[in-house]
Amino acid sequence: MHDIGTKPDDRLSASVDVAIGSVSPCWSCRGPVVNGDVFCGTCDAVQPPGQLDHFRRLGLKPGFNVDVAILNRLYFDCQRRLHPDRFASRTPRERALSQQQSTSVNEAYETLRDPLKRADYLVHLQGSGVLTEGCNLVADQELLTESLELRELLAEAETIAEVAALEKRAANDIKSCIDDLSRAFADVRLEQACRLTTRLKYLKKLEDECRVRRACLSDRVS
Amino acid sequence: MAQLLQIHEPGQTPAPHETDSPVAVGIDLGTTNSVVAVAEDGAINVVRDENDKALVPSVVAYAADGSAIVGELARRLLLDRPEMVVSSIKRLMGRGLEDVKSLAGTLPYDVEPASDSGSGMVRLAVAGYTRTPVEVSAEILKALKERVEDHLGSSVDRAVVTVPAYFDDAARSATKDAARLAGLEVLRLVNEPTAAALAYGLDEGAEGIYAVYDLGGGTFDISLLRMEKGVFQVLATGGDAALGGDDFDNAIAEFFLADRRARFGDEHLNSSDAKVALMSARLAKECLTKQKTGEWSIEANDKTSLHVLNRTRLEKLIAPYVDRTIKLCRDALADAGVTTEDINGVVLVGGSTRVPLVRRRVSELFGREPLADINPDEVVAVGAALQAKALTVGSDMLLLDVTPLSLGLETMGGIVDKIVPRNTPIPVARAQEFTTYHDGQTAISIHVLQGEREMVDQCRSLAHFELHGIPPMVAGAARIRVTFAVDADGLLTVSAREHSTGKEQHVEVKPSYGLSEDEMARMLYDSMQHAGDDMTRRLLAETRVEAKRVINAVEAAMAADGDLLDDQERAAIGKAVGIVESTIAGNDRGAVSAAVEGLEHATKEFAERRMDRGIRRALRGHDVREFDEPTATTGEAGGE
Repeated sequence: MHDIGTKPDDRLSASVDVAIGSVSPCWSCRGPVVNGDVFCGTCDAVQPPGQLDHFRRLGLKPGFNVDVAILNRLYFDCQRRLHPDRFASRTPRERALSQQQSTSVNEAYETLRDPLKRADYLVHLQGSGVLTEGCNLVADQELLTESLELRELLAEAETIAEVAALEKRAANDIKSCIDDLSRAFADVRLEQACRLTTRLKYLKKLEDECRVRRACLSDRVS
Repeated sequence: MAQLLQIHEPGQTPAPHETDSPVAVGIDLGTTNSVVAVAEDGAINVVRDENDKALVPSVVAYAADGSAIVGELARRLLLDRPEMVVSSIKRLMGRGLEDVKSLAGTLPYDVEPASDSGSGMVRLAVAGYTRTPVEVSAEILKALKERVEDHLGSSVDRAVVTVPAYFDDAARSATKDAARLAGLEVLRLVNEPTAAALAYGLDEGAEGIYAVYDLGGGTFDISLLRMEKGVFQVLATGGDAALGGDDFDNAIAEFFLADRRARFGDEHLNSSDAKVALMSARLAKECLTKQKTGEWSIEANDKTSLHVLNRTRLEKLIAPYVDRTIKLCRDALADAGVTTEDINGVVLVGGSTRVPLVRRRVSELFGREPLADINPDEVVAVGAALQAKALTVGSDMLLLDVTPLSLGLETMGGIVDKIVPRNTPIPVARAQEFTTYHDGQTAISIHVLQGEREMVDQCRSLAHFELHGIPPMVAGAARIRVTFAVDADGLLTVSAREHSTGKEQHVEVKPSYGLSEDEMARMLYDSMQHAGDDMTRRLLAETRVEAKRVINAVEAAMAADGDLLDDQERAAIGKAVGIVESTIAGNDRGAVSAAVEGLEHATKEFAERRMDRGIRRALRGHDVREFDEPTATTGEAGGE
């Protein structure tokens, strides 16, 4: 057979969330399987996905800086081995487990490929217990004012050019916000990362609204 | 590893495994035409009839005794005996009466009034019988199954069936039901543009981002895919499950009938007249892809009328539909976060892409000539057959698809709360927590919807279900977690769990447009004399697969930890394995299960010793493997 028959690779098996080296019985051959392993080292049976953070599930070190080309490659590698299509002629149990594994890999990929979702996830991953205020509601007057101003500008924009200019501004702000986030996470300034994540949320929303508005305006023109 | 040859001692030949039939076929079940293809001797063959035709018209004619005729013959009957014939049935899959499009106020189907069975699926009256779209589609699938069985000279009972990417859950379920009714196990539902990309990409070794523009008889899909070393990753998909060449026909027929009214005044048209007018319109459309002008006739109420149509006028009639496809392409590009400059090629699929206006508009949008070196009618079936081969024999390629439409739940005020957004990679599972609204409330009602709009009445209702057995508590105290899971076929299952009891609650899903289990069971009973046999064979096949899995696991364990056993124990396990092997060769499912149980019993102590050793090793820190640091990446920050 194909990838499913290969030995599990270390990249996917390393896990910090579960005690390293602890073992559980394999559902298929009932022998020991290291927690976090995707396949049984003895009989190659696919294992349940278990609790792994999104970074480790794909074989990445937790951190905000993610190279999208590497992420894609790791994602494809995981899915090549775990996608239900690889288990079509296996037992119902193996098919169900591969679907669970593939689902977990997709969730990790979806979260990590988008800088906003990644930042949000990382703030929660590293900040739980550290940030007393929680990560979601940052009452930041400055941020609120900025967001309201931009919204107002968008509401008043009447030409495609005006909307496009705002959209460009939002795109630039998003870029610099992502750079700031990268520094904040690197310096482990989680409060700051949290605040920037909220700002990124606002900016993304604004960019989306600009896009919708521009589409409406161009429909009206044509 | 492919098994090339199997040698058996005389008298030891295992019983033929009817359900382990090695072949699985690919079926493109189209609105206008259907195609079946199969992998043979390393190549994909599209199955053709004696006239070398691959396309089977998706038209079913019912005789007075209820038996069905499918294909070219049925299509020819459309003009003479329209009341016996059903065409374009795909447009009604998983649909309700309100979705049926009329022509000049007349439906091209005789629709039965809603039945009291509670399901909203359309029912047709044809040749004095009542038929659901699922049953009509099953007839087409049966005809395709027979065609490929004749070609192969052996029975076929597994298939990959394609569906429009933009098909919703109800239409996908209906397609799967139709296949079941035709005696085919669906290995996978594959989205049509994805199947086309697969066939095209593997053939041409294409790499990069491609757009697949698929305009068929009744459906439109646009998919953007990244193709990379055998992986086909759908980035975004968009479309309209009720937009296609049929709409062109409809617009032309409306034009002809208006022309006719101008001459004869108002006249009554029945559903057969509507079918005849649509047939003329279709001919006109096909002729005008090559010639500039022509004249077509419509016969109804004993009066024949002649209508002139030229290409310019035709393009004016169909422009709104083509415009809509272009808008949907733009939306999909935005969803994928790519621009037309990022696109490496545009693949055209579906018969309606032969219309010159369509080609022109697509070239304008993408700023390049679309790739037309593939047969747009056959490429989807070829892709389906490739996937069927991958699922049975194995392959290095992989399809990674997405959900075409957002899935959500109804909340207060008729607003849809989106749980799984469109273009999420599948399989996917997402959960949402709900609570009770009144003190002591013991049940909640859940309404599942699919679509992009904000309000419930603008989205498609998929199912209603009720969750019972919530322990009485004060309002807001119960925590009910509802999980949406979409599998690799794009099919949804919903489960719910109440946290304070921790029990998975029984959830009864009543599909809004599907068939109930009772209806399905009746249809299976009615249509398949061998339904019982089929079920028995399938169960036997599953039991054999499970038994082989257990043998493999035991053998792997013996190879790894055989030193934990003494000779006597090893012999006992070997004997138990032998018993399982001999029962697998037979046809007694109960015997296989019993032998497997015996083997598991025989290895119980062995398994315990292996676990003991594994734990001891882990505690001593002598794990089987070293733990490397995960791959570190040092790339640039964020951004795509």
